[in-house]
Amino acid sequence: MPWNRKDLISIEQLSAEEINTIFETADAFKKVLGRKTAKTPALRGKNVVNLFFENSTRTRVAFEMAAKRLSADVTSLDMKTSSTAKGETLRDTVENIRALQADIIIIRHSAPGSAGYIAKILDIPVLNAGDGAHEHPTQALLDCFTLREKWGSLKGRKVAILGDILYSRVARSNIWAMQKLGAEVTLVGPSTLVPKQFEKLGVKVSHELKPALADKDAVMLLRIQHERQNASAFPSLNEYKSMFGLNADRFSWLKKDAIIMHPGPINRGVEIDSDLADCSQSVILEQVTNGLAVRMAALYLCNGGSAEAAIA
Amino acid sequence: MSAIWIKNGRIIDPKTERDELGDLFIVDGKIAEKPSQDILDTAETIDAEGLVVAPGLVDLHVHFRVPGQKHKETIQSGTAAAAAGGFTSVVCMPNTSPSVDNTGTVQLIKDIVDKEAVVNVFPTGTITMGRQGEALAPTGSLSRSGIVAITDGGKCVQNAGLMRRAVQYAHMFGIPVIDHCQDYQLSGDGVMNEGFVSTKLGLKGIHKGAEDIIVARDIVLSTHTKAHIHLQHISSKLAVEIIRRAKSRGINITAEATPHHIDLTDSEIESFNTNFKMNPPLREEEDRLALIEALEDGTIDCIATGHAPHTDYEKDVEFDYAPFGVIGLETALSVTLGQFYHSKRLSLAKALSFLTYKPSEILHLNKGTLGVGADGDVILFDPDETWTPKFRGFFSKSSNSPWLDRELKGKVKKTIVSGKLVFDGSEILANG
Ligand SMILES: [Zn+2]
Ligand SMILES: [Zn+2]
Repeated sequence: MPWNRKDLISIEQLSAEEINTIFETADAFKKVLGRKTAKTPALRGKNVVNLFFENSTRTRVAFEMAAKRLSADVTSLDMKTSSTAKGETLRDTVENIRALQADIIIIRHSAPGSAGYIAKILDIPVLNAGDGAHEHPTQALLDCFTLREKWGSLKGRKVAILGDILYSRVARSNIWAMQKLGAEVTLVGPSTLVPKQFEKLGVKVSHELKPALADKDAVMLLRIQHERQNASAFPSLNEYKSMFGLNADRFSWLKKDAIIMHPGPINRGVEIDSDLADCSQSVILEQVTNGLAVRMAALYLCNGGSAEAAIA
Repeated sequence: MSAIWIKNGRIIDPKTERDELGDLFIVDGKIAEKPSQDILDTAETIDAEGLVVAPGLVDLHVHFRVPGQKHKETIQSGTAAAAAGGFTSVVCMPNTSPSVDNTGTVQLIKDIVDKEAVVNVFPTGTITMGRQGEALAPTGSLSRSGIVAITDGGKCVQNAGLMRRAVQYAHMFGIPVIDHCQDYQLSGDGVMNEGFVSTKLGLKGIHKGAEDIIVARDIVLSTHTKAHIHLQHISSKLAVEIIRRAKSRGINITAEATPHHIDLTDSEIESFNTNFKMNPPLREEEDRLALIEALEDGTIDCIATGHAPHTDYEKDVEFDYAPFGVIGLETALSVTLGQFYHSKRLSLAKALSFLTYKPSEILHLNKGTLGVGADGDVILFDPDETWTPKFRGFFSKSSNSPWLDRELKGKVKKTIVSGKLVFDGSEILANG
């Protein structure tokens, strides 16, 4: 199936076929990553600009390395002290960057909808690296790519997403992606972070850990950011840990060979016990490696590449 | 003696329940009985064949941004937008810069109105100094200088004790208090309705309870003080129910709804289009239907636009950072006709009542009727003509309308203020 999109803004917009096109392309790039000279010329001469209005070393570096593996020139801009502080609009900022001959823009921004907004303004590919609590498409793609590697397919599988769903773009993108790929999703956490409203997206919502984990093939943990907007969403980190933290006892409620995922960075000892994060059923580091292949695929396809030609 | 003879129109006066084909006469700026033949011989005649002849519309809630923000709107452009939309009287909010918390600013606005306005403009004063919600503005002096109500326009006094004193004090002067009902702890830094759509999009929500709680508070304060409180732009179903119960107990409150809250829901925000960002935000379908029902049974008294002009560059930003507010003067009649008349819910006269004598009576403006002796504020419109609002196609300086590029039905053909034609269907003609 060909890829006809200029941008990668949200998983909601994608069809299952398009997601699989990305996966097939990522399969090819993952083979490239295993080679001795792990580089392809696909984006040679292209200027990729990482435009980060929010701190995120992980995602920024992952996109940077993915672009470099495709032989692109990469410029990363930490916009925290730049345009917005000077009173410049986002439109002006991206139009200027475009005028400096950028060929692809990767944007991380705290405002939901911002990546889609600049994708409409610009004639070059825009990749969403997280727009507020809205979506984080490449994260969901790498998560599902990892599960697909383990299971062959997500069809009929049951996944629990546990933690701060309300403020999580990772959760939203994964809800879309996993359901489109045929998995059943259950959201778990306190009622203030996992509102019933989510049920209208076709998922199950539970505030009780044991029944929610009982028959799951995987559990995805989300970072609890008590210091941020959640200040009053639950009483304390200790309270959260005692009610919803994943420990060995609770992990035994899942299926025997269940997979543990986490988009990072992990609060060891809060959302998950340290031992569990490192156990053999944890795929946390594989997620990171797969993130490289998936982002290479996304950059490549949005630049006009085709899945078949990726293996070069 | 000057006279206008409007011939062969469908004359509708919701207040006197007149709805008939016939003629309407305006003599020396007032609605008149059929005058003598020599006056008719020299009268200016207007052919209203196929058109509705109705009282000029009344809007209790507009923002004209003067003084202080002329780049968004002026008295001239705002009243031109009003005339083009069929409004002959508007009540302007005091959230200007400086705000209307002193008689000097009232006088300044009146002077500009005298020079620039083509329709009647009634200013309001603030409840508190600088709209800060901390100290009462001089309600008595403001009232003497000619304001028709006090309101913190766009802001809500959070301190219930202070609000109690404000309504008690204003009641002494017979001045109504107009409130933008919103508890700030509950609305937080939300940018749209809190509900399924905000959950899906990851945008921060404004909980309906923020409105419901202040509506209830104001009803309590009105109950104890007997003061008249007018509740602006009601948007939530529960607020409607609270108002309905209060009215059945005879509490001295009135309420308005906006065209956008009765026509649109928060599902529009799926596109992140900032022309759907307003405060209170667009709610859900059950709320929208509750507002329509509330207008029909009188729980909500009237429709007011909340006309809030912003420049395109202010709205052309991320949804989080766009200012709240949309314009409404030029589309209100069509939207109202669409929801109530073209939908066959109500008669044309009943639909027009929400925009004519009902709002007028709330603030005792003495407008909105075609009764003999009333001011000669009259509009002619074609209820069936379709048109499509376009960017930069408004008489308002701003284009932040949620109905851009959507076909509407009902078009104003002529607007007459005090017996003077100010809008002829395409152009603003005169300084009123
Ligand atoms: Zn308001
Ligand atoms: Zn307002």
